[in-house]
Amino acid sequence: MDTLLAVLIGALYAAGLYLMMRRSIVRLIFGLVILGHAVNLLIFAAGRLTRAHPPIVPEGAAALVPPYADPLPQALILTAIVIGFGLQAFALVLFRQAHRVSGAEDLDAMRTTDSH
Amino acid sequence: MLYAVLAGFAGAGIAPLAHRALGRASGWVLAAIPLALTLYFASFLPAVSAGEVIRWSRAWVPSLGVVLSFELDGLGLIFALLISGIGTLIVVYAGGYLAGDPKLGRLYALLLAFMASMLGLVLSANLILLFVFWELTSITSYLLIGHKHESEKARKAALQALLVTVTGGLALLAGLLLLGIAGDSFDLPLLVARRDLIAAHPLYPAIVLLVAAGAFTKSAQMPLHFWLPGAMEAPTPVSAYLHSATMVKAGVFLLARLAPLLAGSVLWYGLLVGFGTLTMVVSAFLATQQTDLKRVLAYTTVSALGTLTMLIGLGTPAALKAAVVLVGAHALYKAALFMVAGIVDHKTGTRDILRLSGLRTALPITTVGAGLAALSAGGLVPFSGFLAKETTYAALIEFPWLLAASVLANAFGMLVALVVGWRIFTGESQVIPDDPGPVPVALWQGPLLLGIAGLLLGVFGWMGEGIVAHAASDMAGQRVPVKLALWQGFEFEALLALGLSVFTLLLGLAFYKAHGLLLRLATSLDWLYQRGPYRLFDLGLAAFVSLAKWQTQILQHGYLRYYILTVVVTLLPIGVLLAAPGSPVWPVTFGPVGLFETALVAVVLASTAFVMSTDSRMAAVAGLGGVGYGVALLYLSYGAPDLALTQFAIETLSVVIFVLVLYRLPEFRVLTTRAQRLRDAVIATSAGAVMTLLVLAAQSQSGASRVSGFFAEQSVPAAMGRNVVNVILVDFRSLDTLGEVVVLVVAALGVFALLKLRPEGEAH
Repeated sequence: MDTLLAVLIGALYAAGLYLMMRRSIVRLIFGLVILGHAVNLLIFAAGRLTRAHPPIVPEGAAALVPPYADPLPQALILTAIVIGFGLQAFALVLFRQAHRVSGAEDLDAMRTTDSH
Repeated sequence: MLYAVLAGFAGAGIAPLAHRALGRASGWVLAAIPLALTLYFASFLPAVSAGEVIRWSRAWVPSLGVVLSFELDGLGLIFALLISGIGTLIVVYAGGYLAGDPKLGRLYALLLAFMASMLGLVLSANLILLFVFWELTSITSYLLIGHKHESEKARKAALQALLVTVTGGLALLAGLLLLGIAGDSFDLPLLVARRDLIAAHPLYPAIVLLVAAGAFTKSAQMPLHFWLPGAMEAPTPVSAYLHSATMVKAGVFLLARLAPLLAGSVLWYGLLVGFGTLTMVVSAFLATQQTDLKRVLAYTTVSALGTLTMLIGLGTPAALKAAVVLVGAHALYKAALFMVAGIVDHKTGTRDILRLSGLRTALPITTVGAGLAALSAGGLVPFSGFLAKETTYAALIEFPWLLAASVLANAFGMLVALVVGWRIFTGESQVIPDDPGPVPVALWQGPLLLGIAGLLLGVFGWMGEGIVAHAASDMAGQRVPVKLALWQGFEFEALLALGLSVFTLLLGLAFYKAHGLLLRLATSLDWLYQRGPYRLFDLGLAAFVSLAKWQTQILQHGYLRYYILTVVVTLLPIGVLLAAPGSPVWPVTFGPVGLFETALVAVVLASTAFVMSTDSRMAAVAGLGGVGYGVALLYLSYGAPDLALTQFAIETLSVVIFVLVLYRLPEFRVLTTRAQRLRDAVIATSAGAVMTLLVLAAQSQSGASRVSGFFAEQSVPAAMGRNVVNVILVDFRSLDTLGEVVVLVVAALGVFALLKLRPEGEAH
């Protein structure tokens, strides 16, 4: 199962990078989102994968009882998801604004900083 | 001793304020700092002359072997006295020379900072410390040459001097580091004790070459001399102080300091004697080809530096003794002559030796100072310049060719002395257009005092025997007997040297008669001078800038997708390592496959494929939603309900935002060719494969992370929380979460500002 997940991560990376290498602004943003998923899953899968045992201490126990899913990567990914959302929203608005100002829909037309 | 070095830096800090408060008298007051230092160093004269060495040290960066360690020995004391003594006169002189200049306060500050750096350089007993001060002198020199920064010529000269000297500095740094490796210490006295170890070390040739490169740039050895005549763009006090008496001698000083370590090989001998002799003769000749008073003096300075390099390279006791005497004598008369040139320039508005004459009536006291300094420069009895020349000749008797070269160079020097000390002051009196008033004391005190000092040191040369002997002995590594007297007795060497002095005098007079001829030669050789090394430097610099522009255009092309492409392609070689047989990836096993998870993976893959293939933006957003929800369900199935919840919430928000913004974004259009798409697909797929291998490799290594156990145990007792992921976020790593919140706030503000921003011309 872990191997299947590894293949999925590879596929998401490939898709994300391919989209980011397009000239279309919208595809770039879509690529960014997919790449974000790929990175989160990478952190998730690089730890120890455990099915159906969330790291929650049961009532009455003082500590987690194995087997339990590794809580540390989860904490990292949780942060990453939220930050990724911030990045995505900002990029989206930034590109919308850039498109509005320059009228360009092609990233190749946005090479210089000082011309409209 | 540390405070003595730092006093100059402190003085630099207060100099501009003091100048504002004191006005015209500021030079006299600020000169108290170098004067106090002169007296302080002079108080060590008896002890050091007797052969004592005063040491002071304190740890600075002990882990790197950098120690604030200073040492006052014979060589260091002679330089320290010259630096602080001439510095005193220069500060006063600068006050008179640049009276009324709004940047005078800054100039004082830089002069004092330079003085402190130079003192630090000559007193350092640690290689790294020495290098720090070495670079500080280069930087202060750069700022001082560029004093008139409105003038493009001054800026260019300053930059040229900086580039040449710091390039040499870079070589020197490498050389000193290698020396530190070879001798396993940065401590100079310790390294001297390990000289045999260094001489036998395989790095020895590299050390010598690099150190010599540093010293040659700083001390203007040909063909790297050109920055020094260029540096004459600086105000004259700066030329007199830095570019004749002190800073340019730093390279020679370095060679003298390291001679006990490095001397004794053919390489050292050949480099120093070869370049030194070439510089001595050629630049002495070039001095006769100039008509600008300051440039004439600059070339004779280069010539003297060549002589010093040659003498240190020879390394015989007599040669080292001559080098020490020449350092002192040259600093005194050359600084004086520069100050005279400054007064003449100030009063007449020209430095052209062909247009100057009869200045003795307008500048009587200056004439006396100039005369004294010129007599010393010409090497006449009973001046200190005579002692320098005699000891030099005596040292060269075993080397007839070098002796002949030295006589020739000195004869050219005699010509220059006659021009500067005689020709411009005698003859028809000339109308002084600029400023008919008398020359202020601040200006004439320098040349007069230095001229008298040159005379006294010549007559009472025996008083300096102890310290010269100390300095020469340190360099030679053996006791060097020193006798400094105008009359050396009836020995053959002494008489031969005296005879050569007379011959030099006559040859110099002959050259003086032929000066017109020499200057005509300069006109006909002008095509050659226009192609000097400085031209090569200019061309090299221009080529360097073009190269930088060219490679920037190649690398910084502005195409986002090619930047990404470059990064991805760079990543690919990792895949080769991961896929190689024997890597932890193999063997790949699939293990038990859950139906639910397999279905989820299929959903995510299908949604991704849909995002990539659809032509409709709205459909693509729906596809993205599918990817997100699929990933969230995967989290859920692998025991991460918090992640799943967050992902669901975020995914919903994302889709809403996309839908809101999307209709303002351009539609999909196919902008690339089929071949480009194929290329990108191949590269992206390879990168994906690398990532898959990476995950497999990581999984084959993974146990539970070491910190996870801590969180699992401490969550309830220490933080009173049962959901460990939440506890990590809000308790154990709460500062990270705070940072995350800040990032989100900033992003939100950015989004808000961007939405509020309207392009020019667009209606609200």
